[in-house]
Amino acid sequence: MAVFSSLADRLQETFRKLTGKGKLTEADINEAMREVRVALLEADVSYKVAKDFIAKVSARAVGSKVLNTLTPGQQVIKIVHEELVALMGSEQAKLAVSSKPPTVVMMVGLQGTGKTTSAAKIANNLQKQGRRPLLVAADIYRPAAIKQLEVLGEQLKIPVFSLGDKEKAVKIVRAGIEHAQKHGNDYVIIDTAGRLHIDENLMTELKDIQAAVNPHEILLVVDAMAGQDAVNVAAAFNQELKIDGLVLTKLDGDTRGGAALSAKAVTGCPIKFVGMGEKMDALEPFYPERMASRILGMGDVLTLIEKAQKTIDIDKAKEMQAKIRTAQFTFDDFLDQIEQMQKMGNMQDILGMIPGAAKQLKDISIDEKDLVRTKAIVQSMTQEERERPEIINSSRKQRIAKGSGAQVQHINRLLKQFEQFKKMMKQFANTEAGKKGKKGKNLKGFFGNMPFLP
Amino acid sequence: MGLLNKLRQGLGKTKSNLSERIQNVLTLGRKIDESLYEELEEVLILGDVGVETSLALVEKLRSRAKEEKIKEADQLMGLLKEEIAVILASGGERGLQIEPNKLNIILVVGVNGAGKTTTIGKMSYNLKNSGYKVLLAAADTFRAAAIEQLGIWGERVGVDMIAQQAGSDPGAVVFDACSAAISRKADVLIVDTAGRLQNKANLMAELNKINKIIEREAPEANIQVLLVLDASTGQNAISQARLFSQAAPLSGLVLTKLDGTAKGGVIIGIINEMGLPVKLIGVGEGIDDLKDFVPEDFVQVLFEEANI
Repeated sequence: MAVFSSLADRLQETFRKLTGKGKLTEADINEAMREVRVALLEADVSYKVAKDFIAKVSARAVGSKVLNTLTPGQQVIKIVHEELVALMGSEQAKLAVSSKPPTVVMMVGLQGTGKTTSAAKIANNLQKQGRRPLLVAADIYRPAAIKQLEVLGEQLKIPVFSLGDKEKAVKIVRAGIEHAQKHGNDYVIIDTAGRLHIDENLMTELKDIQAAVNPHEILLVVDAMAGQDAVNVAAAFNQELKIDGLVLTKLDGDTRGGAALSAKAVTGCPIKFVGMGEKMDALEPFYPERMASRILGMGDVLTLIEKAQKTIDIDKAKEMQAKIRTAQFTFDDFLDQIEQMQKMGNMQDILGMIPGAAKQLKDISIDEKDLVRTKAIVQSMTQEERERPEIINSSRKQRIAKGSGAQVQHINRLLKQFEQFKKMMKQFANTEAGKKGKKGKNLKGFFGNMPFLP
Repeated sequence: MGLLNKLRQGLGKTKSNLSERIQNVLTLGRKIDESLYEELEEVLILGDVGVETSLALVEKLRSRAKEEKIKEADQLMGLLKEEIAVILASGGERGLQIEPNKLNIILVVGVNGAGKTTTIGKMSYNLKNSGYKVLLAAADTFRAAAIEQLGIWGERVGVDMIAQQAGSDPGAVVFDACSAAISRKADVLIVDTAGRLQNKANLMAELNKINKIIEREAPEANIQVLLVLDASTGQNAISQARLFSQAAPLSGLVLTKLDGTAKGGVIIGIINEMGLPVKLIGVGEGIDDLKDFVPEDFVQVLFEEANI
């Protein structure tokens, strides 16, 4: 299974070649840019956006002092990274707040992009911030769409306003906002029916809703897996409605989301939220800087650190760091690590965010089931074996295998990887220890807490 | 005739974008040179054909042009059509294969929002009209109101649905549905499953289990597994085809929303890489807008205007 999507891999491969050389020639840059271009296209970045991007980066790379620098590869990465960030918007954008409540947010998009789910997630998010959102069910076309929103509302204990599917969408929305005013809801999230950007009747319906209630925020929901057509869709919705922002959904898949990045470039609208899973709290703000880093395989360090800080016991983490640096890391510690990692959430998300991990952990399958097996193996070891794994001989292996229900080969692999992991962790710890500042410390904190996976 | 027209209508956007662009590239009297091939490559990539497949197609075109001593750009068009038609026809049998006098089970899988439930609604309409006794299984027990959505389709079409409560085990639903289909002597059982992203190992394992239950509970049945793909999906569709086929043996693809998107190109790449046939295409919102995929028609419509 492809754990890491191709864009990160390809760029990393390209730049690995670059960093491997002492000096850079213009031909090197061209070669790198060719691969960057292919990678972008394979990631579904729009052809034109990719072309412009390459032109910009090449111009900057050749024009700058790349040829004379000591680490030319790094400089190219930096330029590519900066331009990617610029392409995605340079900072994080928040949801509008109206000075006169309720703030009205309207969700629009093609069929099946995830409007209803995103509407509920945004409402949930607002409610957690102490707001009182109201969901309005204005999708009168798709069978059971209203019911879907009602079920989600019930789960989240968020009120859902609906007039069934016999009334016109404009009437429902109007009545919904009145309802919100009467009941003191400070946010109204309108779920509309999915429609094609070329469907004139349905696009007119959206314009009618817009004219009737004047939403403060129109969010276009874009499927992260969309192809080259995404730019056309985004441009058409933007032209008709003047959208304010994008919601990028299904980014927890193995797609790179290139098309949505181009949607950003075409509309000029920021990506305000990112859908990261089917659970109602799997909605994250969009951080362009982090996304660019992730695309480049540099890891989404900040997001990870935030996640880690929420779940990881700080004292334990410090203790762990010390152990790693002195190479006293044992299987007991390792067991702790797995448990802490499991608390942090999806393994693949997390590994994708770690700088360097994309390369080093590429072949390691990240299956929750493997984790369970690994835990079983470690739990079948004696205390002595956990502390001094080098004493594990073949008869001990047989016993551990019986105890854990695993094969001896699993145990061999685990032992081997444990050694590699210790080495890797030591390296990380040493590199990061040399760095100064807050970021360096955070990195160190994190790296002290990453287990390897069999 | 009717189908070709419907296709034309549905593929209008595909046609106007992809083949008009190709037509522009291959204008009359233009000589074949390197920039021409580059433009062709661009056109294909813009059509979501994918870098790899586009390069392979252009490469093939290049060598054939050399072998067959083709000098004019517009003659290349015929060759390109031929090459694409060969790929489109290579996937295997198209349309639904319904075997008479036995239970046929169609397991419908795909990512979230691809259009599984809608496709099932249209499919059951077509099958019922052909005189088959159809039964639906609501095995998407996860998404809110998914069971209700399928139920509304069942009522519209006039076919029964086997369902349990939301949140119940989809395997149990499928188990029940298989025995119901056998005891009621249904001709076709269509199983709706929850949308799942192909990189979620546990959800793919669940799908694998559903498939195994079907194989075990209805060993005599003719089982087809259809992957529903949104035509506006980019290169990720290839990963979808690959990983879903690991969870359940795919019989073919259903390409949905072809009326809305400008690109049908992704299927060329998938058929080329996976050897899977496109069995059906969704070309509109109407209940009767699910059609058999006919490569000849597809290519014909795709390149109609470009064929000078």
